[in-house]
Amino acid sequence: MNLTIAALLAQDGITNGAIYALLALALVMVFAVTRVIWVPSGEFVAYGTLTLAALQLGKPPGTVGLLVGMAIIAGVIEGWSCVAIGQARQLPRRLLMWTVLPLAIAGLVQWLAPLHLPFPVQIALTLAAVTAMGPLLYRIVYQPVAEASVLVLLIVSVAVHFVLTGLGLWFFGAEGSRTPPFSAGSFQLGDLTVSAQSLLVVVTSVLLIFGLYILFGHTLYGKALRATAVNRVGARLVGISPNLAGSLTFTLATLLCAFSGVLIGPITTIYYDSGFFVSLKGFVGAIIGGLASYPLAAAGALLVGLLESFSSFWASAFKEVIVFTLIIPVLLWRSFASRHHEEEE
Amino acid sequence: MSALARWPLGGAAFAAVAVLLAIVPLTAPPFWVTLGNYIGLYSIVALGLVLLTGIAGQTSFGQAAFVGIGAYTTAYLTTRFGTSGWLTLPIGFAITFAVALFLGFITLRMRGHYLPLATIAWGISLYFLFGNLDFLGGYTGLTGIPPLSLPGFELKQERQFFYLIWAIALCALWATDNLLDSRPGRAIRALKGGLEMAEAFGVDAARLKVIVFVYAALLACVSGWLYAHLQRFVNPSPFGINQGIEYLFMAVVGGAGSVWGAVVGATLITLLKQWLQDLLPRILGRAGNFEIVVFGVLMILVLQRARDGVWPWLARFLPRRAPPAVREAQELPARAKTARQGPLLEIDRARKEFGGLVAVNDLSFEVRPGEILGLIGPNGAGKSTMFNLIGGALALTSGDVRFRGESIAALQPYEIARFGIGRTFQHVKLIGSMSVLDNVALGAFLRGKAGVARAALRLDRAEEARTKAAAAHQIARCGLDAHTFDPAGSLALGLQRIVEIARALVADPQLLLLDEPAAGLRYQEKQDLAALLRGLRRQGMTILLVEHDMDFVMGLTDRLVVMDFGEKLAEGLPAEIQANPLVVEAYLGGVA
Repeated sequence: MNLTIAALLAQDGITNGAIYALLALALVMVFAVTRVIWVPSGEFVAYGTLTLAALQLGKPPGTVGLLVGMAIIAGVIEGWSCVAIGQARQLPRRLLMWTVLPLAIAGLVQWLAPLHLPFPVQIALTLAAVTAMGPLLYRIVYQPVAEASVLVLLIVSVAVHFVLTGLGLWFFGAEGSRTPPFSAGSFQLGDLTVSAQSLLVVVTSVLLIFGLYILFGHTLYGKALRATAVNRVGARLVGISPNLAGSLTFTLATLLCAFSGVLIGPITTIYYDSGFFVSLKGFVGAIIGGLASYPLAAAGALLVGLLESFSSFWASAFKEVIVFTLIIPVLLWRSFASRHHEEEE
Repeated sequence: MSALARWPLGGAAFAAVAVLLAIVPLTAPPFWVTLGNYIGLYSIVALGLVLLTGIAGQTSFGQAAFVGIGAYTTAYLTTRFGTSGWLTLPIGFAITFAVALFLGFITLRMRGHYLPLATIAWGISLYFLFGNLDFLGGYTGLTGIPPLSLPGFELKQERQFFYLIWAIALCALWATDNLLDSRPGRAIRALKGGLEMAEAFGVDAARLKVIVFVYAALLACVSGWLYAHLQRFVNPSPFGINQGIEYLFMAVVGGAGSVWGAVVGATLITLLKQWLQDLLPRILGRAGNFEIVVFGVLMILVLQRARDGVWPWLARFLPRRAPPAVREAQELPARAKTARQGPLLEIDRARKEFGGLVAVNDLSFEVRPGEILGLIGPNGAGKSTMFNLIGGALALTSGDVRFRGESIAALQPYEIARFGIGRTFQHVKLIGSMSVLDNVALGAFLRGKAGVARAALRLDRAEEARTKAAAAHQIARCGLDAHTFDPAGSLALGLQRIVEIARALVADPQLLLLDEPAAGLRYQEKQDLAALLRGLRRQGMTILLVEHDMDFVMGLTDRLVVMDFGEKLAEGLPAEIQANPLVVEAYLGGVA
């Protein structure tokens, strides 16, 4: 390996790592607020790419059908719960939020899909359609079990991963998709050719990470979300609704995932089931940060990206083995770094 | 789930199931025998998960990888070196044991969710490793695995194999059922939800979790070994992460709290999968892995609506056994009671800081043998923190705690328990689904020796009888005999506090630490409790009592230490304390 190849691999690794970092942050955020280990995050990455790819072709994306289905289920659940607790007066407002709004987004995407609108509009539509599924997923699946143990929430997450993968096959089909790069240009940095695409990915990721840091560390709102994570009852007593916090977190996290999907589309071919591995690589990063620290999680994800890129050069057949085995030394290190810690369920 | 519902089936049930299974291969068509084989193989894996997930509160998505180790070990050794199939099982065990021990050791010391995440990653790694190693045949795998053979007889037919699979499955069920009803079993059942309590009675929880994980991994390994000799070829696909997830679904759907849940879950999921794989392509008009949508939805509904799975619902239709009466038995070995001059427990400038807050500020006092010492103070004075420093639940910032002259400040709670310090908890910590008898018997953990192997093989019955007798004795002493077999969770809070005292007493302690034992008790119950404690003192027990009910404390204790804002405000006889103006001010507020 010479320096040029190394530089090229590093550039690849950093680009991928930046995307994993976005995911790692989404995972840390969801865990911090809702205690959910959000395994199915990767499905939304895949949905993001596949939605954008469909819009590129002027076809209505499978996301529309998914969104309609989820909106109807959420509407039924809301209707049922409003009637059950005798608050029928709240029903119109809730239906507006949980059913009409998502249906409107789905309708909009369906209507605009064949028009071959400009690329930025397609991206906006993609983000809107995929992100709308986040709060719906929280409402339908996680809210009814929000008080359960981390373990139960994790098993639920894995079940959701199964469901979303199967539905992804149904709604998007088995073919893989790639989206065109945002920018085809490149520029020289000494000997190294840096593609504008890579630079765009890295810069966007850094901006988003900084935004999250400001949101959670320095705004009352972010602190309220964190308080929910520590003590749901206590948060409720001081006027923070855990359900609202949960759906907001899922909205934000799904937006990050959809964005990752848009960013990763030009780099790799994405299939309906590609998301799982992408999210797991985010998890390896997040675990390096102990599922708690945002900067460490981002750094960990970057490390995963670099490791992946270099191991695909040396031992491409063992790429996944190497990346996922990284978790072992990481856990070993964390195990010795932290005092015996117990969890009361 | 009540304690009774856990054991509705005894030896008779095992016999009935065995007879039923014996008939299947003789009468059923081949298709059903094949299905029965798979259900048996899956049940063995799911059984490990029932123990790990449903009972110990840990989980693994990587069981399929352990199945893979069992299968590939025998496949490689038998095809490459012609090793006997019977010999490869212990070798598979050894490899599984080492891997599970390592994974468990690095993950189980930390919070619960690292193990499942590690098992996902490890499950994926191993799948790709199987698929990329040339000597294991890559993704095509290994073929030509010889059948298992007995002298003059080869297990080639599926019907013959059915007996082997189910014989092993029933043995595993029997052993696991035995394990749950034993000394280590009680500790395992306490891991989920009662970890701090179990440690206070000498259970090394981290070690026990690793043991349970290894146990589950070994069961998965057996299943893989059987699978390889049934199929006679292996490739990586049945050992991937999706299969690992399906195993967990089996355990959860079946009912992760009972050994029979494993069989029910494996049966349901296997049949459902078979049916869906026929049905879905016809409905949907195209082929694909669509049954995972149904599994996922089913799983979510089970966890939302019926977290205990299908088994508890089924168990209601089965006859119940009355719990066996507790028989008299020889006493458990008791601690040597040596008289010693000087204090039993010395607190030497103990200090605990939480960030900037000093909860306990260089506090010193001592507990003398045979006395009841009351530690009192207003709310927030730091009493419970001091208590947790003694029990080891919190680490001291500085200072020392000595028991009979020996420092226990740096020890873990389960190590401190060995010194003969028994305790109760401010917030009652009982396993609600276990009977009062089982809860109290957990207190005798350190007085027994039976380990997992002896318990699983039912070689622990003599010791178990002595433990139960000792527990029943303490239950009677505390006046709870009427509730011996009731689930602890069904008792009123006041009685639950008394159960905690009985549990502490059965540990044969030298020092009893009681954290607000009178809280939530009615007047008469308080009188009874005081009488019980006085009786214990007469028999030479030393008691440290944290309380803020002044009436209760004044009539009972020999001496008092008063805390306020983490510091010692006063120390002395109850009458002196009552007259102390500082104490009056702390309790009633200053004179305006």
